[in-house]
Amino acid sequence: MAVNKIVGIETEYGIMVRGSADWNPVSASSLLINSYVGSDVGSVEDRTAPVAWDFIDESPGADARDALAPEFAMPPEVETHLVNAVLTNGARYYVDHAHPELSTPECRDALSLVLFDRAADLILADSMIAAADALPPGQEVVIYKDNSDRKGNSYGCHENYLLDRNLPFGQIIGLATTHFVTRQIYTGSGKVGSELPGFTARDVPYQLTQRAEHFEEEVGLETTLKRPIVNTRDEPHADSNKYRRLHVIAGDANMSQTATLLKVGTSSILFAMLEDGAYDMPILLDQPVDTMHAVSHDLSLKAPLTLDDGSTATAIEIQWRLLEQARSWADRHGLEAVGEECGKLVFERWERVLAGLESDPKSVAPWVDWLAKQRLLEGFMDRHGCDWDDSRLRALDLQYHDLRPAKSLAARAGLEQLVSDDDARVATTEPPADTRAFFRGRCLQKFADNIVAANWDSIVFDVGEDPLRRVPMLEPNRGTASHVAAILEESASVAELLDKLGA
Amino acid sequence: MAEREQKRKPRPETEEEVVEDVPAGSESGDALKAELDDLLDEIDDVLETNAEDFVKSYIQKGGQ
Repeated sequence: MAVNKIVGIETEYGIMVRGSADWNPVSASSLLINSYVGSDVGSVEDRTAPVAWDFIDESPGADARDALAPEFAMPPEVETHLVNAVLTNGARYYVDHAHPELSTPECRDALSLVLFDRAADLILADSMIAAADALPPGQEVVIYKDNSDRKGNSYGCHENYLLDRNLPFGQIIGLATTHFVTRQIYTGSGKVGSELPGFTARDVPYQLTQRAEHFEEEVGLETTLKRPIVNTRDEPHADSNKYRRLHVIAGDANMSQTATLLKVGTSSILFAMLEDGAYDMPILLDQPVDTMHAVSHDLSLKAPLTLDDGSTATAIEIQWRLLEQARSWADRHGLEAVGEECGKLVFERWERVLAGLESDPKSVAPWVDWLAKQRLLEGFMDRHGCDWDDSRLRALDLQYHDLRPAKSLAARAGLEQLVSDDDARVATTEPPADTRAFFRGRCLQKFADNIVAANWDSIVFDVGEDPLRRVPMLEPNRGTASHVAAILEESASVAELLDKLGA
Repeated sequence: MAEREQKRKPRPETEEEVVEDVPAGSESGDALKAELDDLLDEIDDVLETNAEDFVKSYIQKGGQ
């Protein structure tokens, strides 16, 4: 049976220091995050003492395929020595590899996630301002919410979905692959040129996604090389008897809020449908990796994709078939698992975006990043009489993702906002009320001095006497405002809080 | 297959809605062109100068 689709996004951001020829991405990322945590940019009175991340439960090498895992698969490393902070909104803000990364708090549905993804944008923008004070005059850290330097290096925007442990992983693979390959038509952020060996800018002047070309395998554990469409990391950060966390690495980071809503919302709905045993007409692609590249390269949206039974269908047609089955599931099972209001909105936008892509793609440019960006690029070419090889178009392509409000082209591209920046500003420090992130965030607001470390599924408190007390949070649906707000409000000390919790 | 697909398309009233209630920011004809012109003016103002160097210097280490 479908479990609540609690969701989160981890975004690795592109980083640059302008005005310096000699800079180091790890140092710059550390500076950025430390500056934010230690500053009051954004008028935040009590952002948090820099509470450390607790690595005790990290096991990114665990593989959902169990004994089937290839012996030489390379599990991702956990880098424990780099900057790691937990924020009062329940998010984790840290340096991963050579990038700043922000993981949103756990959100109850896709619309809540849109709010916290926008809050993340604001946090990064505040961080740039805070970091400027620590740099020599003329230097500036600049952050790009993209997934590729267009020179072969990619960094991810990972989605996470809470799934029922009883759902066999093998069943997830088919649907996930088909959806991740075909949803690119509305989740792509757009990219000028190609990074795929054998393809020139003449073959691919512009494409739908930033990420597709960096995928080489169908299923696997890796995230930094030979990336698989379906990632098998089995690290639930929750009760592993009950839950699985599907870790999705195949998507683009989106500037469009509607694209984020659809990326996470449609996937949530389809996984809930699968859990309810309602995926009655499975659709399997014949060559998923090549097809993923082909969909990204096909600006016409009309390329026939070969299915495993030898028939063909376009990405739009496949999405219609998934939508139809999802509607049938929703009619029978309701939308509780994906959030009632959010589910309705996702269905409405999903249908309208497919209809728009089919009849007049330009009409959905306010929702779809690659179309919004294409409009700017083509308008620029018309005005300046230039062609795809003009470096100004590549600059425009990058600057679309610039998170500085004064420079961001996405902010000027006519994208529709689903959440207000006022609400997102609040969400930079306030946790969501309806997941365990509420408990984490509120504890950090109130008892930061008594918190030694925190992670997704526990908090370690120092109550002033040995030993330290670890409070487990293995149930993502608990620790919400309705469960613990009153207890937190009434507790004057950590000792009192732990007493009341019975911990 | 074409016939099967036909059934899956949205109901006519939904298609109408798409035309009437296109996403915010979409308008028709001259208004749309004027809006794009304003937008391109703004882009000319804020686009990084020395695009060639900017694009070349955007080098990231690989990530996840």
